[in-house]
Amino acid sequence: MAALSDLTIAQLSAAMSKKEASALDVADAHIKKLDEHRALNAFITETPDKAREMAKASDARRAKGEVGLLEGVPLAIKDLFCTEGVQTTAASHILEGFVPQYESTVTANLWKSGAVMVGKTNLDEFAMGSSNMTSHFGGVENPWKRKGDNRKLVPGGSSGGSAAAVAAYMVPGSTGTDTGGSIRQPASFCGIVGMKPTYGRCSRWGVVAFASSLDQPGPFARTVEDTALLLQAMSGHDPKDSTSAPLAVPDFAAAARNPDIKGLRVGIPKEYRVEGTSPEITALWDKGMEMLKAAGAIAVEVSLPHTKYALPAYYIVAPAECSSNLARYDGVRYGLRVPGKDLTEMYEGTRGAGFGKEVRRRIMIGTYVLSAGYYDAYYKKAQQIRALIARDFKQAFEKCDVLLTPTAPTAAFAAGDKMDDPVTMYLNDMFTIPASMAGLPGISVPAGTDKDGLPLGLQILGRAFDEETVLKAGAALEKAAGFQGRAAGF
Amino acid sequence: MSLDKDMVARIARLARLKVPEEELGTLAGELSGIFAWIEQLNEVDTNNVEPLSSVSDVTLPMRGDKVTDGGVAAKVLFNAPGGAVYIDPTDKNAGGFFTVPKVVE
Repeated sequence: MAALSDLTIAQLSAAMSKKEASALDVADAHIKKLDEHRALNAFITETPDKAREMAKASDARRAKGEVGLLEGVPLAIKDLFCTEGVQTTAASHILEGFVPQYESTVTANLWKSGAVMVGKTNLDEFAMGSSNMTSHFGGVENPWKRKGDNRKLVPGGSSGGSAAAVAAYMVPGSTGTDTGGSIRQPASFCGIVGMKPTYGRCSRWGVVAFASSLDQPGPFARTVEDTALLLQAMSGHDPKDSTSAPLAVPDFAAAARNPDIKGLRVGIPKEYRVEGTSPEITALWDKGMEMLKAAGAIAVEVSLPHTKYALPAYYIVAPAECSSNLARYDGVRYGLRVPGKDLTEMYEGTRGAGFGKEVRRRIMIGTYVLSAGYYDAYYKKAQQIRALIARDFKQAFEKCDVLLTPTAPTAAFAAGDKMDDPVTMYLNDMFTIPASMAGLPGISVPAGTDKDGLPLGLQILGRAFDEETVLKAGAALEKAAGFQGRAAGF
Repeated sequence: MSLDKDMVARIARLARLKVPEEELGTLAGELSGIFAWIEQLNEVDTNNVEPLSSVSDVTLPMRGDKVTDGGVAAKVLFNAPGGAVYIDPTDKNAGGFFTVPKVVE
């Protein structure tokens, strides 16, 4: 039999149900991988003892015949999800040492399904970034390298640690959060599958907030089927999150296992053909459409006229919400405190020392656009553009069932690149942000490699709460592309 | 839109962020760059467009205005950075206080 850490979630479940391995064996095999690849810096906190304890409890449940959807499956959790009794930092100095006394709804759902936590993964500070370079705990290294080039590449961000951990076979699956592309872009950079569900599908309760009208938890895995299994366990209405949708959770795994897309109308948005996209990615995009057509889909050209305005509008909405959400870090109730002679000095000192450069920059953008006299010119204007973006998608989905686009304009870049000018870094999310602004579901599926041998993903977007069709199309693309890549040495 | 050092200092004060004097110039440059890029939104005619504040088409449920939890003061105060003060140290859930620098002279 293959090594346990080589197996997918579906294969691990089968192996455990056939008693070929216990949950404890599976946990130990993955803990060993965490040891081996610690240099990637994918984890902020490893929890091997907790993993073994949870695995033993899982084995005990299985012995009694209680088998959850993810029984005994080891997972890594983005360090933005509060985990009871386990440090949760959001990769920020201001939350270093914070130990939540409650469990986020999404992780509670995963544990209820029998999953086992092996650790908390690294991310961009407060999920603000596209490279994982803004983490207070240092950047994460992408397991992939360019052929004949030893430079370290970024895993993307913000959920970079979660994506790298899955790509390095340290875990078969992990959780991320996606505000403007923070699941889909790292999935593309690391050659794995990542999905942002519809806004409202997964509860945000207990997830450290960045931009509340955009934030949405979602899964990473190495196959579309595994991604669907994770999403199924994570999803569901939660009375503790007022924006959580009161809808039943469909059988996502069944949708992923049935990639029949005969007659499916796949929209190709013409505004996504933009300068600055690598020609290899444009070629892969065309090839992806050919593959879906060969599987029975129908190509439809559609127009999303306000695409180019999504990014600048996002950089008003997200920072505005971030500046409000991050007002809570004042050194009073939790996290870092820098003493001062009075309250104001304590607030300013704590926040100045606790937040990193990118977070401070975004808080300042947000504070400015919300300040007296500027609200209409910026925040209101951005929300109006957001309405137009949502309308574009609605109209496009009258002509098609899903959209196919590139996930990111480039493959993974080298650590330290694009750091000089914030706008250059922001442009990395040009293909993921429009759907975030409209709250729509999207998946990134690895579909090929570039001339340097780096993985490239394609993105499939769907209608609100139609993750099933997105998963079906994702599975069809996965099958046709047959991406079997694995980073050398992992 | 170009921001000068004074404006950046004002925003930092509003955001309760201590920004060292020597960083104000760099920040002014970066923020001006970002706002210049955002200016392109003015190309879009948004007259009579209703601002979108929630993407959810689903009617969100209401709940009764009732207390649904409580009695967990020890958990609330667990991470207090200045150390918490409890009313009854033998029963931390009886209640307590966060501590801050003196506010009233």
